[in-house]
This record gives sequence, structure tokens and C-alpha cells, in this order.
Amino acid sequence: MHKRTLTALLSTAALAAAPVALAQSVRLTDNAVRVGVLTDLSGVYSELSGQGSVRAAQLAVQDFVAANPSYRGRVQVVGVDHQNKADVASNKAAEMIDRQNVDMLVDLPTSSAALAASEVARQKKIPVMVVTGGTTALTNEKCNKYTFHYAYDNYMLANGTGTAVTKRGGNSWYIIYPNYAFGQDLNKQMIAAVTENKGRTVTASDATPFPNTDFSSYLLKAQGLKPKVFGTMQAGADLVNVVKQYNEFGLRQQGIGLGIGLLFETDVAALGQDAFAGALATVPWYWNLDQRSRDWAAKFEKSFGKKPTFAQAGVYSATMTYLQAVARARSDDGDAVVKALEGHRFSDFFARSAYIRPQDHRVLLDVYTVQVKSKAQAKENGDYYTRVSTIPAARAFQPLTESKCKF
Amino acid sequence: MNTQLFLIQVFNGLVNGAFYALLSLGLAVIFGMLRIVNFMHGALYMLGAFTAFALGQALGLGFWPSLILAPLIVGAIGMVLERSLLSRLYGLEPSYNLLLTFGLTLLTQDLVKQVMLSQYAVSSAPYTPPAALSGVVNLGFVVFPKYRLFVIALALAICLITWFVIEKTRVGAIIRASTENPNVTRAFGIDVGKWVTGMFGVGVGLAGLAGVLAAPIYSVEPYMGAELIITTFAVVVIGGMGSILGSVVTGFAVGVLAAIGAALYPPIANTLVFILMAIVLLVRPSGLFGLPEGAR
Repeated sequence: MHKRTLTALLSTAALAAAPVALAQSVRLTDNAVRVGVLTDLSGVYSELSGQGSVRAAQLAVQDFVAANPSYRGRVQVVGVDHQNKADVASNKAAEMIDRQNVDMLVDLPTSSAALAASEVARQKKIPVMVVTGGTTALTNEKCNKYTFHYAYDNYMLANGTGTAVTKRGGNSWYIIYPNYAFGQDLNKQMIAAVTENKGRTVTASDATPFPNTDFSSYLLKAQGLKPKVFGTMQAGADLVNVVKQYNEFGLRQQGIGLGIGLLFETDVAALGQDAFAGALATVPWYWNLDQRSRDWAAKFEKSFGKKPTFAQAGVYSATMTYLQAVARARSDDGDAVVKALEGHRFSDFFARSAYIRPQDHRVLLDVYTVQVKSKAQAKENGDYYTRVSTIPAARAFQPLTESKCKF
Repeated sequence: MNTQLFLIQVFNGLVNGAFYALLSLGLAVIFGMLRIVNFMHGALYMLGAFTAFALGQALGLGFWPSLILAPLIVGAIGMVLERSLLSRLYGLEPSYNLLLTFGLTLLTQDLVKQVMLSQYAVSSAPYTPPAALSGVVNLGFVVFPKYRLFVIALALAICLITWFVIEKTRVGAIIRASTENPNVTRAFGIDVGKWVTGMFGVGVGLAGLAGVLAAPIYSVEPYMGAELIITTFAVVVIGGMGSILGSVVTGFAVGVLAAIGAALYPPIANTLVFILMAIVLLVRPSGLFGLPEGAR
């Protein structure tokens, strides 16, 4: 046997047995891997991501180092506020990469901010893993070699919820959506998902101002249109107001169900789960999905004091996936890590049957259509969802044939 | 849009109009009497809603006691701020007041956010209407929440009472005299400073009242007044700075206009009021009901 072949065999064995050994020879640009959590630390998304996302990344780093005791390089987490503004996100991303030597960016709530940071990452050749931003543009016309879209996206939300609700008889919709990148995209995707099956229609669809507090005009319009489903594509504080007023106007009693585009655990907490009870939504994860998820959630809660949202869990998973890619690539060089990520198959407490699609960098994973429980149905605090169905990774996201991504 | 839908939207617009009217009424009272542009009005509206929420959480007080208590508390806070801070700036140009009240707004919002996060672990909280007013009522042409009908009625009543007190009573006469010519009024043995502080408290209390009324409709959160106050200032400008009748009529009219806009062409709903403001400023700079500055 040739010496070279032997070495290769031995290293393969070492890889399988202990990735630790490899970590020793990882080439780090400045003797440290720095994870940059670019997020909303003060605004509307700060509760669902924010400091919790920073903590999640820190936990991922701790766990990674603990699992690789001989890992030589330092691993650090830097948390920065992008204020949900595209220009701030762009400046901060550049600053983190240039001055703080950040090797990757993660989280990125707010689609416009995510797109801006993704563009900076492309120029600087630094991987970015978008977890909390939803726009499908990230894996379509605005895709690039360094951007990965991790937890959810608008296609997956619409595909999951639109299909599930129509299948349950919700075959006529009136949709309202906030008039900006995220809302317009989600509206388009939802209409496509609802009208896909013959005979299922969208009666009307209205753009609402963003942000907005009073939705009574649209609720009254819904009363007149009498659709089976009132679909709201609002997010965060706006969604909370829509749902509050949906209940106030008694639409459910008039036979008009509620379909929700994007639902975070914090929205349910803000309004109380009875206000949402019965509504269907699609989520990539929730804390009491199964025992594995519970275990991680318990660890997070012990450290942070609150139950994790799917965004925060996603940040942990994305950070861990990145660090493992660094270990596999034996380098924190952007191009090397991207190569190690592409085509990678894995499964952790958050991302099940996951596959990083090399052609557009969509991270495929199992997602869940859930129905919100009433308070009476909840077995414990924060027990919000009943799983209606699991959508397997391969069917949950936009098929490659429809992708407009080229890089 | 058919006639029925149109009528429904006009009716619905009165609800938002009620909030605009109450808020701009408070601003008008303050500006008319004190010549202060109170940028903090939105934050005090939020404080009204938050106080009602906090009274419910801490003392178990329901909507009705809060409807009385919260505006009083907000009014008292307003009076303390007027005495301790605002009164120091009366001799200076208006921009100082604006900066001070804007700064106080930011402080109040962040303070409430911190309190909510630390006490209730959320920055946005629900508040339920009283049992007697929950649910909907069928008015024949529309099914409408009972609570919203109550808001329209109460706001109209408050506006009428305020107008009556200021224009038709002896108390109103003293208030008007105190601001028209404070020196002469003092010569009649009236403590003008006290009246001014009181009026500031009333104006601010109206914002607090609007906040309590809003709590069952919108979620109680630290920034709930930030958007509203911008529209309210537009209402005040359209109605005429300091005009009580103007602020009330314009408040309701703008609410109706926005509702019709939302039904006809949603993207323009929030812009309509500013288009109207621009036109009014061009055609009648002192506002629809305002007297030209020189005539005062």
C-alpha cells in the first residue's frame, strides 16, 4: 500500500472517530473564529431574535468547544444591532468584517437588512447565514455564493399554510399584506399556494400601510366579502393588532377563519394564545416539538431565562453548522467554508433531514404546519402548538426548477 | 364601492377620528393656553394605556376605574413635568420646548419598555374591554364591535364638555384671560401660574384618556403613540393651531377620510391626511378653523 493512501485512510478514520484531531490543524486567519450576530437589539424583532440570538450563538460556541476539547483557536461571538434598517445593516456588516475580523454573519431579521448584509458578505467573501429574514429573493434573484438561507422563507410559509388551510376547506381567501418587500413577496407566494389547486380562489388581496395599527377597514371589507379565510401576512406588532381586531369584530363567529403568514412565539405570548386559537401557521421548529428539542430548550431557558423562539434556536443550529464546516474545511477562509457547507447533509435538534442545496444555498429541512392551541388545551406554560403535519425537507421549499438563482 | 360599504367605512372612520379628536383637543388646549407644542403627547397617550394595563396587573383594577384613574395619573405626571421642566422654557423660542418634549418622549418610551420587559417579560400586552362592552352588535347595515361604539360616544361627549367649559363658563373665562393677558388677569387676583399648570394637566389628561380608550383596541406597547402623534399634528395644523372646534371637527373628519382611503386604495390611507395638510397650508395657512396669528 502506498504511503499516501495509507495516510488518507488513517485521516479518514480519524475524521470518523474524532473530529477533534483535525481541529488542531485548522488554519485560522487571526487565530480565532469570530461569529457575528447581526440582529435587532432594540426594535420590534428584538424579543424574537435580539439578545436571545446572541446567547444562542454563544451556547453553540460553548457546545462546539466542549465537544472539541483540543480545539486550538479561540471562538468568539460578536453581537451588533442593525436597527432593522438596510443602510445600518450594510455599514455594520462591513465594520464587523473589516474591524472586528468577523468570519461569518448570522441571524439577520428584516428582509431588507438581510439583503443588504448579504451583498456586503458577497463583496468581502464572508459566509452569511440568514435565519430570521424571510424573503425568497435571498435564494433567487439576489442570491450569491456566500449567502445561505437557513430556517424558513416566504415560499415555505405560504406553501405550508396555504396548502394546509385550503385542504381543510378554506377555499376562498381575502388576504391583507404589509406594503414592503416581505409582505409583497409573502402575498405573492400565498396567492400562488392557495390558487394552485383547482377551484380554490383568492377573492381579494389588499396592501396595507406599514407599520399600521388599525385594520378595521379591512376587517369590515372581509365581513362584506365573506371569504372562508381571512389571511394576514402582517408580522410582529402589526400581526398582533390584526389578530386582536379580528377577534374584536367577531369574524370567527361569522364563519371567517384566520390564516397566518408568519407566526412567532412572541406574537402568541403578546396577545395570549386564546386570541390565536385555531389559527394555522407553518414553523420550522418549536420548543416542545419532541424530547430533543425540549432538552435544548431547557438548556437555553436556564441560560437566558426565557424559552427560545424558532429564530433563536435557528441561530444556534446555523452557528453550529458553520463551526463544524470550519472544522471540516480546516480553515475559516470564506471560500473554503462555503465549499464545506455546500451539499452537506446533517440533522440536529433544530434542522431535521437537513441538506444544504449547493445550487442556491437554500438549507432544506423538515417543517411543521401547526394549529394554535387554546389556553385550556395547553398542558404547560408556552405550550402553543398542535402539529397538524410534517412537511418533509424535500417538499417544504421552492423546488430548484423554479429558482432564479445563478452564481 | 357601493353606498352601503361607503357608509360602513364612514362610520368606522369615526372610531379613529375619536382618537384623533381627543388627542388634538388636548394639543389644542395646551397650545391655545400655553403656546407650547407638546411633542410628548403621543408618549402620554401611551402612558395612559400602560397605566390602565399596569393598574390591572398590580391592583386588579378593571377598565372602568382605570378609565377615571389613569387620565388623572397621567395628568398629574404632566403637571409635575410642566412645573419642573417646561415652565423654565416659557421665555425662549418654541424649538426648545419641542426638543425637550421630544427628549422626554424617547425617555418615556424606553422607560416603559424596560418596565414592561422586566415586570411582564413582554413589550406588548393585550388589554380586554369590559365585559359589558365586549362582543359585537348588529346595526342592520354592519356588524360592529360594541366597544368601538362606546369610544365614539364617549369621545364626542368629552369634546363637547371641554368646548363648553372653555367657551361658556366662568372657569373657561379665567383660563382664556390668563393666556390672553396674564398681567391684567393677575391684577384681578388670579394666580395665573396655577391655572396654566392645571390646563396643561387637563390637556395631557385627555391624551391619557385616549390611551385608556385605545388599550382594548390596540396592543399596549411603548411605541403605540409614536405613529399616531404625527397624524395628530397634521390634524392640529389642518384644524388651526389652538382651535378647539377645529381640532375636534378635523379629528373626526381625518379619521373618516383615512377609512375611506383604506377601502378605496389602501396604500394611500395614511398619506391622505398629509396631502390634505399640504393643501390647507397652501390655501389657508392658519388652518380651517384657526384665526390668522395677527388677529390674536
